Amino acid sequence: MATKVIMPQLGESVVEGTVTTWLKKEGETIAEFESLLEINTDKVDTEIPSPAGGTILKIIVPEGQTVTAGTILAWIGEPGEVLQAEPAAPPAEPVEAKPVEAKSVEAKPAEAARDLGFISPVVARLAADKKVDLTRVKGTGQGGRITKKDVLDYLEKGEKAEPAAVAAPWETPGEGDLFRPTELQFGAGEMSAAGLRQAQPATPDQPAAPAQPATPAQPAKGGEQLIPHTTMRKRIAEHMVNSKHTSPHVTTVMEADFKRVVAHYEKNKDVFARDGVKLTYTAYFAAATATALRAFPLVNSSWSDEGVMIHPQVNLAIAVSLGAEGLIVPVIPNADGLSLLGLARAIHDIATRARAHRLNPDDVRGGTFSITNHGTSGSLFATPVINQPQCAILGVGAVQKRAVVVEGDAIAVRPMVYLSLTFDHRILDGASADGFLAKIVDVLNNWPD
Amino acid sequence: MAEITMIDAIRQAMDDELARDENVFIVGEDVGKRGGVFRATVGLFEKYGGERVIDSPLAELSIVGVGIGAALYGMRPICEIQFADFIYPAFNQIVSEAAKMCYRSNGEWTVPMVIRAPYGGGIGGGLYHSQSVEAFFAHIPGLKVVIPSNPYDAKGLLKAAVRDPNPVIYLEPKKGYRLIRGEVPDGDYTVPIGPANVTRQGSDLTVYAYGMMHYYTLQAAEKLAGEGVDVEVVDLRTLYPVDKQTVLESVRKTGKALIVHEDNLTGGYGGEIAAIIAEEAFTDLDAPVRRLCGPDVPAVPFSHPLQDWFMPNPDKIAQAMRDLAAY
Repeated sequence: MATKVIMPQLGESVVEGTVTTWLKKEGETIAEFESLLEINTDKVDTEIPSPAGGTILKIIVPEGQTVTAGTILAWIGEPGEVLQAEPAAPPAEPVEAKPVEAKSVEAKPAEAARDLGFISPVVARLAADKKVDLTRVKGTGQGGRITKKDVLDYLEKGEKAEPAAVAAPWETPGEGDLFRPTELQFGAGEMSAAGLRQAQPATPDQPAAPAQPATPAQPAKGGEQLIPHTTMRKRIAEHMVNSKHTSPHVTTVMEADFKRVVAHYEKNKDVFARDGVKLTYTAYFAAATATALRAFPLVNSSWSDEGVMIHPQVNLAIAVSLGAEGLIVPVIPNADGLSLLGLARAIHDIATRARAHRLNPDDVRGGTFSITNHGTSGSLFATPVINQPQCAILGVGAVQKRAVVVEGDAIAVRPMVYLSLTFDHRILDGASADGFLAKIVDVLNNWPD
Repeated sequence: MAEITMIDAIRQAMDDELARDENVFIVGEDVGKRGGVFRATVGLFEKYGGERVIDSPLAELSIVGVGIGAALYGMRPICEIQFADFIYPAFNQIVSEAAKMCYRSNGEWTVPMVIRAPYGGGIGGGLYHSQSVEAFFAHIPGLKVVIPSNPYDAKGLLKAAVRDPNPVIYLEPKKGYRLIRGEVPDGDYTVPIGPANVTRQGSDLTVYAYGMMHYYTLQAAEKLAGEGVDVEVVDLRTLYPVDKQTVLESVRKTGKALIVHEDNLTGGYGGEIAAIIAEEAFTDLDAPVRRLCGPDVPAVPFSHPLQDWFMPNPDKIAQAMRDLAAY
């Protein structure tokens, strides 16, 4: 009896994944729990261990294809075993499939292209009769199968929507050129001032150029290049838009004097290094933030229609840039319970693993407050976007020596840093947000020796 | 209109026909003085006398053989087989003589005979009093096979069967004799042999059933309505010749078909309905045609838990409906 390898659900909200690499080929043997493939979700990359020992009988989902959780990816069993037919689940979003490598195209092009599941006779007939593109019909039957009802619902709704989409962009109250928009008679280009002279009404023996229906997506002219969205890019876009739609964002900015922190850093970085820990300023920001979150629990919260949910744990999410690829926000759980050493170690660990695409799904879950260190790229202050469903995010600017007026009205050179706090104005008002930010500033300004 | 039971409706039909046509007579075991073991003929012996309501020996071959002979001489016999389980000694008479007479004589001789037989399980009858025999006879051209599911049809179909010029196997769901009640009009009426009856309109799936299973199917459909599944129910009523048009019209509407009978699955009547649908409504199907039937074991067990295991019931039917609706 062959064993199926299915696309696991790697997190509560992770419903699909992309097969990035098959580590074994069809026909190769594999031990139970040995790594079989790598997958990529909107949050993490991970290796999937083999659920059984045996021979890879068949790889169903080729590299580059995105499928929903629960989809059968491959079969493992005894060599020569005959597989039972099972309808494959529909691909999550076929459009975002990365280019498929030549060798996997050879494997099973037909199956890869057509994963609609079982098409019943009546669905096939309706689709043929009514010219329905079944890939556009949402399946509600068993295993996502498209039912007769789904097609009828699609036709009912689609027929209302479709004509609007394909209808002429103008409505003609009668026949003849008199009633046609001029740009359709002459072509839009000829309506420019230079071409106006030529724009004479067409005579019967000199028919007008055929009207060009306006197409929304113009084909790329020379030099333009379309970069297809990666899963991560799409998710970032979704999250950012969603966040801006969800919370009224307000950003407040304060500055901190980093003199004492810098002194502490210089004194301790080698000590930490001896323990194998790379100390960074981010650890200080994280420590100060954790302390402030304890003092202002309202910031460590989420908005809900029923009320503001205060989170008992301080789980700090730290944004890690992956360069052009995007960014990811792994979480340090219970950050308020960690010493500076513990925080530095945790930050180093998640940042390293994030850049190596080795985060686990749990590493990106459950954050209650986020920190983004945009100062690493030279930015002084910013208006970060809240990482939903959190209440606020702290943006950390570049540490920069500036001339500041200090006690006794003297001008001194101090390492200064702007801290930008973007908060959800539904939960916090300006005064409470400033109180929280002032607490962070206070901790940093007065860092103990 | 009075609400009466199935058994009352069957008795009324025979009473009416005995009164209407002097050629009609009843023959069977204990149908006379005893009034039948299910009391189907009670009172008729007293009313019409021993020459028209005849107690026969315990010999089904002779009951049917006498019926065939009398029918050939212009009589209209109603033969009662006490339990359908006992019909097999008469099988040869029914299949080789009664069914073929009209064909064999090029239409010169016909056998206008009704064979009534209580069938079906769920009554604690065990191996010899629970059998379903419809599939044997629905296979035989020259016979008509009728199974009513309610008092109105029971009376109307039996009267139509008595008046039919050819042999009719009239099977009675005995569990429903006193359980199923319904309104029956006074006066003469018949229900034509042939047409099926859509007893519940629905759009999500069609269930085909007859007899006791139709009664249960309606209950299950009611339950499913509460769950948002709209079930259409077709009471086949006449198994042979089957009403293809109604069968196909319904499945063309719903796209899904379930057939329920208590007879064993393999070679059961449901296979015929499934085949008709597969052949003539293939491109209307949105799901595999399914059957919920008695299991392929030699008999309905006497043990009550095992009998329950054997018999389809409203819960089992409802579950099969849910499964098919979800497909």
